[in-house]
Amino acid sequence: MQHTLVVLVEDKPGVLNRVASLFRRRVFNIESLSVGRTADPGISRMTIVIDSDQASADRVSAYLYKLVNVLEVEDLGSVPAVARDLALVKVAVAGHDRGALLRVVDETRAHIVDTGEQTMTLEITGEPPHVDAVIARLEPLGIIEMVRSGQVAMRRGDTALSASRSQ
Amino acid sequence: MQRTGAQIIWECLVHEGVRTVFGYPGGAILPAYDAMLDYPVRHVLVRHEQGAAHMADGFARASGEVGVAIATSGPGATNLVTGIATAQMDSSPIVCITGQVPGKLIGYDAFQETDISGITLPITKHNYLVTRVEDIMPTIKEAFHLAKSGRPGPVLVDITKDAQQAAMEWLWNDAPVKMRGYKAHRDAAKSELTRAVDLIRASRKPVILAGQGVIQSHAMKELRAFAEMIDAPVTVTLLGIGGFPASHPLGIGMMGMHGEAWVNHAIQEADLLLAFGMRFDDRVTGNLKTYAPHAKKIHIDIDPSEINKNVHVDAAIVADLRETLRELLDMLEPASHAPWLKYIGSMKGDTAVRDIQALPDNGHLYAAHVINDIWRLTEGKAIVVTDVGQHQMWEAQYYHHNEPRTLITSGGLGTMGFGLPAAIGAKLAKPDSEVWAVVGDGGFQMTQAELSTAAQEGLKVNVAIINNGYLGMVRQWQEFFYERRYAATPLRNPDFVKIADAHGLLGLRVDNRPGVTAIVQRARQAEGAVVIDFRVEQEDSVYPMVPAGADLDAMIRRPETSVLVDTADDPN
Repeated sequence: MQHTLVVLVEDKPGVLNRVASLFRRRVFNIESLSVGRTADPGISRMTIVIDSDQASADRVSAYLYKLVNVLEVEDLGSVPAVARDLALVKVAVAGHDRGALLRVVDETRAHIVDTGEQTMTLEITGEPPHVDAVIARLEPLGIIEMVRSGQVAMRRGDTALSASRSQ
Repeated sequence: MQRTGAQIIWECLVHEGVRTVFGYPGGAILPAYDAMLDYPVRHVLVRHEQGAAHMADGFARASGEVGVAIATSGPGATNLVTGIATAQMDSSPIVCITGQVPGKLIGYDAFQETDISGITLPITKHNYLVTRVEDIMPTIKEAFHLAKSGRPGPVLVDITKDAQQAAMEWLWNDAPVKMRGYKAHRDAAKSELTRAVDLIRASRKPVILAGQGVIQSHAMKELRAFAEMIDAPVTVTLLGIGGFPASHPLGIGMMGMHGEAWVNHAIQEADLLLAFGMRFDDRVTGNLKTYAPHAKKIHIDIDPSEINKNVHVDAAIVADLRETLRELLDMLEPASHAPWLKYIGSMKGDTAVRDIQALPDNGHLYAAHVINDIWRLTEGKAIVVTDVGQHQMWEAQYYHHNEPRTLITSGGLGTMGFGLPAAIGAKLAKPDSEVWAVVGDGGFQMTQAELSTAAQEGLKVNVAIINNGYLGMVRQWQEFFYERRYAATPLRNPDFVKIADAHGLLGLRVDNRPGVTAIVQRARQAEGAVVIDFRVEQEDSVYPMVPAGADLDAMIRRPETSVLVDTADDPN
């Protein structure tokens, strides 16, 4: 079962290494990890997706809290959440009906962000299963190159995660 | 006032109460060593940086204060690694300060450059790389705060040479350390306290499992009051030894792989386990699937990540143990479990008939006799520091500790070579205490060079080498589980008496039971460190033994009529 953990960390050198090292050392497999800034300067936000049961996710949360630079951990496995993934996909346009590709674009809310002589690059954003589904439709057309951002996620409703933790 | 980074290091250490440090100089830490001469700190020059880390660890465990080790960059820093990992596994508060190449050279594979903060990341509670002189004081303050608060542990501070050389206008800042992401203190949840009290009241067969947390939270008095209040037997982990008096009627001895047979049986039959400051390590639980099958479990620990890690518990209290026991004492009323205690007591006879001490003198010297004699002659009051292996388990079984911080041993990591340097650290922490290093012939040779340190510092440490001519514990596993195929376990040892002599120290040797008392007394009376070569039975084994991963009550027992075969050739 997939667990999505949101981790607020101090923006200091080596913090990503500390978090990644923890998952490695405790033998948890990271499916995706994305890091970025928050509205609060000095605090970064990580979204980490792991494949584990609830007990293991609880263990990971407890271990994360032991890292001095970790301020807050939220397990989105048990609460309603919005999750988004972004993919850029470069698809071959030569050798097949260009119309097939345009139909996929039309039907899936994908965007054409670049066109070349031989290829077209699409941007796909949405819930991770949606992105998976679009990619599956593009595969027969010939994917030349692909990149995914990894999931970012946030709890639904008015409850907000803030780095209030202190002594 | 104007201070260099090097001076600020020592200013901070002195402000933190440090009077003794263990270290080894080198290029990248030279500014700090130069500044050291102007500060009231005793520097113990080790023979290998691993010794410095173990000494700091032994110092910390004997005193409860933070131990400090200092090393240079590169190999100096990497030599600390085993000692840091040892301290991490046993939650020992040490601060390691290492020199680093100048900031502008980092990343260019400079001479003696190594990424020590990267290397020690998984084996420290936290670590730092300091590249600016302004950051030295706040970082050292944080390092000490982290090392000793909450669940203690090692912290490494790596400081570049140029940060040590740079100067700044500096004043000591007395403000308490505030770290946004670090929470050392937690209060017990009321609901869990109530749940614990209900479980305690309902129990007829409780057992208290006391770990090192008892000692680290200074909860000895409270544990004793608590055990007496609910009339429950107390068993200790290896690191919990001394947290509850061995001579107390409710003290039933050590649990686990080489724990007392009646203790392991009691745990398997208990209806309630009260785990205090211990972590259900595999060496104390055996097979987790069959562990204490009838027992509800209450776990009190300062570290939330220990809860439900190995054993699922029914009540979990994440808080300081001493405060929690005080709260529980207020909520509880006296109880009596006489039939349960009597039942546990009745199982002890079975062990007595197997006890090696009950064996008539057959001309052989057994480690059990040696350790029991040391206990008897020191009246149980010495600080005993062990190495790792058979002698370590015999120490735990035959030296009865009534006071905390009197057994210092590498539990979690099981670091051979720990004994002698940790004993030196303990002696410096407690100069008025009698300190014994009880070591094997294998482990002693791993850090034997520190004998020079003891001699140079004029430290009185008695080194008892339990010499069986084998890497004894490994040999025992080979005997039990590998058809006596003794691969790489026999040792051809040097003459340990001559080794002592070469250091200008007294060396003694004994190979028979009647001779032990006189030798031990002579060692105790001698000035300076003494090395005693105890030539013990070569193929003796530690009993009982729960094979790794087996059920806790599936113990290999010493045969009742313990006729031990004569060993033909002495490999020494």
